[in-house]
This record gives sequence, C-alpha cells and structure tokens, in this order.
Amino acid sequence: MAAKIRVITRFRNTVGLPGRLSTRLQPNHPTDDPKGIAASIIDGLMYGSGDAVIGINPVSDNLPTVETLLRMLDHLRESYQIPCQSCVLAHITTQMEAMRRGAPVDLVFQSIAGTQAANAAFGVNIAMLEEARNQALELRRGTVGNNVMYFETGQGSALSANAHHGVDQQTCEARAYGLARHFRPMLVNTVVGFIGPEYLYDGKQILRAGLEDHFCGKLLGLPMGCDICYTNHVEADQDDMDTLLTMLGAAGVNYIMGVPGADDIMLNYQSTSFHDALYLRGIFGLRPAPEFEAWSRTGISACVGFLEA
Amino acid sequence: MKSLREFTPARVDLGRTGHSLPTSELLDFQLAHARARDAVHLPLDVHSMLLELKQKNVPCVALASEAGDRFTYLRRPELGRRLNAESRERLTPLKSDYDVAFVIADGLSALAVHRHAAPLLELVLSKLDWKIAPVAVVEQGRVAIGDEIGELLGAKLAVVLIGERPGLSSPDSMGIYLTWQPRAGRTDAERNCISNIRAEGLSYELAAHKLLFLMNESSRLKLSGVLLKERAPLLPDSGV
Repeated sequence: MAAKIRVITRFRNTVGLPGRLSTRLQPNHPTDDPKGIAASIIDGLMYGSGDAVIGINPVSDNLPTVETLLRMLDHLRESYQIPCQSCVLAHITTQMEAMRRGAPVDLVFQSIAGTQAANAAFGVNIAMLEEARNQALELRRGTVGNNVMYFETGQGSALSANAHHGVDQQTCEARAYGLARHFRPMLVNTVVGFIGPEYLYDGKQILRAGLEDHFCGKLLGLPMGCDICYTNHVEADQDDMDTLLTMLGAAGVNYIMGVPGADDIMLNYQSTSFHDALYLRGIFGLRPAPEFEAWSRTGISACVGFLEA
Repeated sequence: MKSLREFTPARVDLGRTGHSLPTSELLDFQLAHARARDAVHLPLDVHSMLLELKQKNVPCVALASEAGDRFTYLRRPELGRRLNAESRERLTPLKSDYDVAFVIADGLSALAVHRHAAPLLELVLSKLDWKIAPVAVVEQGRVAIGDEIGELLGAKLAVVLIGERPGLSSPDSMGIYLTWQPRAGRTDAERNCISNIRAEGLSYELAAHKLLFLMNESSRLKLSGVLLKERAPLLPDSGV
C-alpha cells in the first residue's frame, strides 16, 4: 500500500521520486571532532550516501560547537558544490539561536511526539516550531524548493515521558505525523528501534513498528524515511535490520540512514550502513536523488582532499 | 593520502566486496555485537564486588531490586527502580545521618562496574572527609534505585555508579548519577551525570575530579540537576 503513495520534497535536491532511494549521512563522533566527522562524511559520499541530508547528532548542545559544525558542513558542501542539504541535530532553540547569529542552517531539526505533554518534555511547542520554520525560510538557502524542516519520531516516546494519557504507542506516533505535516517537512523519519525493549522488545516488534510507521506517515502525506535500528539490550541483530531494510525498500521508503559500518559510535546503537543502502538500491534498481546522482558522477573524487586542508 | 581511520574511531574505510562488507569486517562487527550482548546479560558478581570493597576497608551491603532476573529487568523498568522487601529490611538498621550514600548497580553492563566501580570509588574516598554510608551493591538496579537507598539510609546525597548501555565498541562504559536529597519520585532533571568512564573514555582521575566538584557544589548549594552546572576547573597537566 505505502509503495503507491509518493511524497516528493525539495530543498537543494529532490527526494522521494519514483525509482529513487535517498540516505541521510550520519557521521557522528563521540567528541564532536570536526575532522573526525568530516572523515565519516567523505567515506559516506564515496558510497553515494548523503542525498537526503548530511546530519550530525552533536554530543553537546553547546552553541559554539553547533556553529562550528554548521560552518564545517557548509564549507565542505560549498567547496565541492554538493547538491544536498545539511543539518546539526541540536535542540531547536539552539538552532534558532545559531540562525540569529548568522550560522548557515539548511534544515531545522526537532524530535517531536504525539501529545502536547510529550512535546513539552522535549522542550518544544507549536509556536516554537512555526517560528523556527519562518526563520529558516527567510534564509532562502534552498535552490529547488523550500521544504526546510526535518523531524524525527518514534513509537514509545510519549509513554516513556509518561505523557501518553493511556493511549497506545502507535496512535501517539500517528498523532506526531499529524503535527509534522503542518510544517511541510523535507524529511521525517521514525527512529524505530532506538527506544529500547520496554517499548519494542525484539526484532519482530521493531519490524512491525517500522512498517506501521512508514505506512502511517505516507498515508498522512509525509516524506517518510526510517532509521532502521536497534540497541544492544534489545533482542535483535543486524539480520533483523536487513529484513526491515528489504521490506521498507519494497514499500518505497524515501530514505534510510547511512552510518559508517552501521555502528554509531556516539549514540551507541546500530543502524544501516553505506553498504546497506547500496544493497537496497541494487536489488530494487533504485537510484539517489537526481541532482545528487548527476554530481556524484563527477564531483566525488575531489572531496578526498578536504581532510588534507 | 592518510587513511580515514586516522581521523575517527568510526568504522570508515571498510572496503567492499560487490555491495557488501568484506568478510573480516562482518566478523569483526559480529564479535563486537556479541561482546555488547554479553555485557548486557552478564550477572553482577556480588560476591567479588563485596570482597573487593572489604579488602579496601570499605563497609558495604548487598541489595537487589524487585526485578528478579534480567528478562524482567529489561521489560519492566519500574521494578528495577525499587528495592525488594528483604533489601529494605537490610537497610533499616543501618539508617543514620550520612553525608553521602554510594550505590553500585549493574544497570545495563555488569562488566562496567566489575572493572571500574571499586577503583574509582577508592580514589574518591581517599579524597573525601565525609560521613559515608555503607556502600550498596545492587543487582538488577536502575539509576532511580539510588533514591530509595539514599532515603532509607538517611543520606543527604546519593551517588550511583552504574553500567551504561553498551555500545558496539564500548561494552564496559560506566556512568555516575548524583542526586541531592534522594527520595522516591525524583526525576532525571534533578540529577547530574558523568558518563563514558572506561579505558578509552573518561579516566578515573578526571571522573573523580568531576564527581568531587559536583558533590561539593551540590552540598554547598543544596541541590542537584539542571541548576547545578559542571564547571570543574581543569586538572593540572591533564591537557583537557
């Protein structure tokens, strides 16, 4: 069912077209070291990763750190004319402050949930999201479109904040998608297996939740991706991820994650690797976003020099 | 051209066979995952922990949460935050007026506390002239169990040393949580945390330095959590 629904969004490239599969390059580092992060980005670009976004989860929500990473990403993208968007996934208030101070913010990120109380626990509300979106739109950094928001969600977040009002995890998750679509986001993904076994106990539950989330998101008109993932205290392994990866590929997921070797050394969980995306593109005959694909034929090899500078 | 691996501990520059990982990288990943899983399911060796502490002349007491086994612990977080009845009775006669109660709990990695809890505690105790409660060693414990223990012992401050969720490359990372006036129902916003204590992460010296700073500040300001900022001055010669 989900495969019949295409949701197409644009910023510096076009994500979600039929026959395409994009990836978020996730180059996290345990101490936010810019060179360490750049090394992971370059590795990912070589595998054709990063067309959905190059998005860093910083360890620190410290403003100067976030600004340093934003400028590094912008410098890298400008230097090699990469048709993609970047993001530093700090708290939205930190990104708003960075924009006020003139930092180069492409997409504005926030984790959101399906109840007002759970969003309050994340430290966000609708007015704040609206204000951040307007700030990002005013920067006019998109070239082929102006979808400027990036949201992450996941079943169980309201329950874990004791903010679910007795409502089940999946309904709360679908409510989060209702909130997300109001802001015409570039990207939305569930971080399906991150929450832990109290909420999704094993590989089978993660598989079910991942398919539910993608379907509900697409049905509500969202450009749905998925962080196909698990933690080490869940009864799951990389084989479960391969299964969900393949099923979401068949379901037409807009994008997945690209983490070096599937091992996020900062957030301490496992996701999908650059290799996994190549596998999925291979078996379903999928290609990256067209603008990024055109660039990757000529532009990639030059990036290797970035670390020498 | 330097290898990308010189810049990051991430799994970069893995090479490929067709679209897939080379076999050696696949095996390396599976070994790391097995080690992380073992760390999650390894039982806390209470006997050895108590022996180690007694050898260092540290009074201690063995306790357990209401989560009787690891599968219950993983499914029912609230049970890992409460002591079982026998443990509560064991604490009652120990009640006094302590400055601090230290708690060692397995959390999600008994391996982490087996390796790091006693050496770190010894370092901290050597620099502390406080009235200290018997150290609680807790099976199937979560962070919040320190609230009940601190309250039952009559301690002003609870300091919980606990195994963190293992990463693929870090099965033995220990964290420390500090709570002023511990009592059941405290929220995470009322705690301070020091994370990533392991050989490749935060050293014992720096962790002890940060902890002592937080303990002194917490005691002076009579609070903990988001209002207590960790601004410990840098250690001399530490380079950090």
